[in-house]
Amino acid sequence: MTTELATAEPTTVASAGRVRAKTAPSRRSIKVWGPPIAVLALLIGFWYLLSMVILPVDRRFLLPPPHQIVTEGFLNGPVITDIIRSLGLTALVALSGLVVAIVIGVGWGIGMSQARWIELSLFPYAVVLQCIPILALVPLIGFWFGYDFTARMIVCVMIALFPMVSNTLFGLQSVDVSQRELFRLQHASRWTTLLKLQLPAALPAIFAGLRISAGLSVVGAIVGDFFFRRGTPGLGSLMSVYQSRLLASELFTAIIFAALFGVVVFWFFGVLRKLAVGRWYDTTRS
Amino acid sequence: MTVTASTPTDRVRGTTILDFRDVAMTFPDGTTALAGVDLTVARGEFVSVVGPSGCGKSTLLRIASGLEQVTEGDMTADTKRIGYVFQDATLLPWRDVSANVELLAELHGIPKAERKAKAKLAIDLVGLTGFEKHLPRALSGGMRMRASLARSLTLDPELFLFDEPFGALDEITRERLNDELVRLYTEKQFGALFITHSVSEAVYLSTKVVVMSGRPGRIVATFEVPFPLPRDPDLRFTAEYAELVGAVSHALRGDHS
Ligand SMILES: Nc1ncnc2c1ncn2[C@@H]1O[C@H](COP(=O)(O)OP(=O)(O)OP(=O)(O)O)[C@@H](O)[C@H]1O
Ligand SMILES: [Mg+2]
Repeated sequence: MTTELATAEPTTVASAGRVRAKTAPSRRSIKVWGPPIAVLALLIGFWYLLSMVILPVDRRFLLPPPHQIVTEGFLNGPVITDIIRSLGLTALVALSGLVVAIVIGVGWGIGMSQARWIELSLFPYAVVLQCIPILALVPLIGFWFGYDFTARMIVCVMIALFPMVSNTLFGLQSVDVSQRELFRLQHASRWTTLLKLQLPAALPAIFAGLRISAGLSVVGAIVGDFFFRRGTPGLGSLMSVYQSRLLASELFTAIIFAALFGVVVFWFFGVLRKLAVGRWYDTTRS
Repeated sequence: MTVTASTPTDRVRGTTILDFRDVAMTFPDGTTALAGVDLTVARGEFVSVVGPSGCGKSTLLRIASGLEQVTEGDMTADTKRIGYVFQDATLLPWRDVSANVELLAELHGIPKAERKAKAKLAIDLVGLTGFEKHLPRALSGGMRMRASLARSLTLDPELFLFDEPFGALDEITRERLNDELVRLYTEKQFGALFITHSVSEAVYLSTKVVVMSGRPGRIVATFEVPFPLPRDPDLRFTAEYAELVGAVSHALRGDHS
């Protein structure tokens, strides 16, 4: 008798969800892709307006029209080879910086979640780290660590660290009180509680932080490189070269590549998040 | 599971398993939640507590479970096998039903095969068979409560503490779960301390109903419930039942006026 009633409910819930997803896939993709594409069209139109109508001809080199960027940048073999090669280095710096930021950030967050006094003594430094004008430190980091991979990675870590620290801490602390008490009643150890309750509960917040940190790590890798201008050139050094030679089309191409790379990283961690916690964690965006 | 749980319980049936002696509880901020509470629960006895909101019912339960310490008097629980059922189901949203039901046994380090068997028995017992792989979010409120109940059952508790477990459910689901709980209790004969806002639920489930006063909570009346176990669902429509519900409600209201 009881099971009868019970079976009726979840099946209807599940099938309702499936039906909704099935009936309108094309409409949904229009909804998802339509607005950003419209904005892109508007931006390009505005760009043309600036470049062809507002700027006088002798100053047009400051903002070449989009088709010129395509011909001089994207379709220009040597330029594109340079950009892709340096993008590879930048990506490597960004990813290793991100990995280090994740390890330090999650560790830092876990450490602070263990006791109030640890949190009180360590959190201010996370905030300080976030408030330091890292750009001003970049030359110093160059002095101390040389102008190679390590220095670039350190800049990257410093820029990407804070969201990992704060989101991990927030996630670990947001565990439901009665769930904590459930564990306390079984005399679960600190370690068990962390592993079986706090960390899984914190995963959505950690992944939200990861997405932000990933974007920042790309910025960090480019910024470090932009200022070092030595060692193996990454995307930042390349941009700085283009800038000093007033190669606007090439510069824009490099910027667009950097942005696209950032988008890919952002998207990648979105997918990862969905795989890891999407099964049980609802977000308002589907 | 049934065998291991019932043997020791039968042997000592009727002996005190939970004992509050002149218990008072004052929180650090000065709020006195309980004052002079004397209450015993015997093995095989189902005791419900009704009382106005904020009178210290949850506090009573938290003391019994060991989550809070009394500030005056004594509380002794004569078992370590205590099941605690919270008002919300407190299932872990990332675990499916069977993994949730296994959790407590897992925390106690019970080997995998054994806890799987325990979980399966408990899931069958609460009527959730077929939903083992469902995540909590795909369950109705009543089914979540069943899963929560099953989770506690895996520890074969000798003492069950319930803090308004069915308070958030609709009337029909609540009555259905009341019947299930009476069936479980009749079979396993654990001692139970059950908090509720519903007088009719208290009378239907219990062998004894205790009425508390407003804060600071004291016990102002105790009613023995004479109806045979397991309860016949039609008991709810009898005059004797209505009379007892009336008497308990009266004691409860008497406190307010
Ligand atoms: N940790 C605490 N610190 C201070 N006061 C508290 C604490 N916990 C509970 N109280 C107070 O103690 C009193 C009793 O609380 P309790 O939760 O036991 O009431 P209750 O009878 O369960 O109420 P309800 O029926 O609404 O659940 C309330 O006035 C409450 O505000
Ligand atoms: Mg309460």
